[in-house]
Amino acid sequence: MTTTADTTAALARTAPVAPTRPGFWRRFRDNRPAFVALVVLALLVAASLAAPLIAPYSPEAIDVPRRLSLSTPDHWLGTDSLGRDTLSRLLYAGRVSLLAAATAVAIATVIGVPLGLLAGYVGGKPDWVLGRIGDVLMTFPAIILAIAIIAAMGPGLQTAMIALGIVYAPRLFRVARAATLQVRAETYVEASISIGTPAWKIIPRRVLPNVASPVLVQVSVMLAAALLAEAALSLLGLGVIPPTASWGVMLGSGFKEIRSTPLLVFWPGVAIALATLAFNLIGDGLRDALGRRTRKADS
Amino acid sequence: MLGLLVRRLAFTIPMLVVVSFCVFSLIVLVPGDPAVSLAGENPDPEQIAAVRERLGLNDPFLLQFWHWFTGVLRGDLGQSLFSSQSVAGAVFARLPATLSLALLSLTVALVLGVAVGVLAAMRPGTWVDRVATFAASLGVAVPYFWVGMILVLLFAINLTIFPAVGYTPLHENPLQWFLHLFLPATALGLAPAAVIARQTRAGMTGVLREDYVRTATAKGLPPARVVGKHALKNAAIPVVTAFGLEASRLIGGTVVIEQLFALPGLGSLAYTSVFARDFPMVQGVLLVVAALVLLINLLVDLSYGYFNPRIRQS
Repeated sequence: MTTTADTTAALARTAPVAPTRPGFWRRFRDNRPAFVALVVLALLVAASLAAPLIAPYSPEAIDVPRRLSLSTPDHWLGTDSLGRDTLSRLLYAGRVSLLAAATAVAIATVIGVPLGLLAGYVGGKPDWVLGRIGDVLMTFPAIILAIAIIAAMGPGLQTAMIALGIVYAPRLFRVARAATLQVRAETYVEASISIGTPAWKIIPRRVLPNVASPVLVQVSVMLAAALLAEAALSLLGLGVIPPTASWGVMLGSGFKEIRSTPLLVFWPGVAIALATLAFNLIGDGLRDALGRRTRKADS
Repeated sequence: MLGLLVRRLAFTIPMLVVVSFCVFSLIVLVPGDPAVSLAGENPDPEQIAAVRERLGLNDPFLLQFWHWFTGVLRGDLGQSLFSSQSVAGAVFARLPATLSLALLSLTVALVLGVAVGVLAAMRPGTWVDRVATFAASLGVAVPYFWVGMILVLLFAINLTIFPAVGYTPLHENPLQWFLHLFLPATALGLAPAAVIARQTRAGMTGVLREDYVRTATAKGLPPARVVGKHALKNAAIPVVTAFGLEASRLIGGTVVIEQLFALPGLGSLAYTSVFARDFPMVQGVLLVVAALVLLINLLVDLSYGYFNPRIRQS
């Protein structure tokens, strides 16, 4: 009697759940905004990578007689104050801006995630000390701290990216730490510890895979923030230094001509907004697709 | 409430000390000999020695910090490296413009964000909700500095309603003060408004389903009273949290916006000091900004106690 009841109860608990939950990719793909965002982002990245092949001109080719032109058959998106082709510059600038954002977030990940794993796993004093360092860094608005670091180390793309990486590290640290704390309390981790598996084996094999999803969501949203920050710093002349084009640099130089040729600030702004929107929507999509089953309950 | 205040202050004051130490330690990041890098282009030995003396670089590091920190406590933030100005004087001369900009932007963010969020939450699934949600996604993604440029183009160049640049102090001419700050504050306030709208919508949709809201509606209260008196206060905590985070980000954004609109605030002081490598000035601005953020966080924490009385005890 009891066995049948137990089996049915067990079946009721497990059976209907597994097949109704489609795979991660299916769930992500069914989220239309996130999927469209992924396609848009892929196009932006592809266009930037292919810039040398598809750009009609060199991004630094000066053509003074045709400066500040509007859209023409030769220059689809017009030219800037030195007669450089806006479309070509936009494509090349995409490489710089997207790579810069990716670098900053990569630095933040490399610093923040291992420390978060460590703090969450070990706990105690290291956790307390790392947590307080994070608190202090978070007291400064990101862009102000980045400017302060640039003040000490001198302007330039590399400094700007390192600065942003340091500024964003505590955010990833917090996410990784919180997720680690959760996994640390799971039975399978305790079991691993009790049979004597060393931490350096447990962390990458048992903890990291569970920490990866919240980190991934945060990374996606952070890429959007880093892209905006790079643009802001470059706009101020503290990031990418002309003649190299980034979307921020183009906005900065375009703003000087806003009275005569407003188009110059229009296009780089659209590019930044598109990429930022895409990163945010992908982040939302990842959050939904990677989330635990319980979140379905209230919809 | 007093207990909460004491507890939060017990956290904030040590934070301020640690933050000042970090601000001061920034000089460690200057590559090579800071006195050489900070003495300007092609410095002669005398200038280097003068800078070294001025910054007290001959003392051990902790002693240097102690001198600086005790000065800070007395309201003395040091001297500019390149002008005879005191850092405290320069910072406080610039503070009103930045505070005006920040307060006005936060007002835009809060009023617009809560209004849009409440409207969307009251009619979930309708076109109002969909338009609001779409606008919020867009508002989060569109760069604030770009919004600033577009606003200048539309309302200062094409339609000459607002001035494109400059600042008038509030006590000189309140109308001009407002007109000069309207575009920059809108540019800076839109993205936080979008974030606040999202939080408000999420919080309100939950609260509006509660029994006490149904009771309030059933006993015949007009929707405005139900929302204003019963629902909003209970949906407030996540909104206030978002507000605190956005406020910190918004203060960061003032640097860029002040530059675009030529406002004489802390941000533009930081900007010129960074290019001049006027280190004491950079440190002073940084300290004041961090103090401002800590103050905002303190106020946010205290407001939790107002919105949720249970927090006052624990």
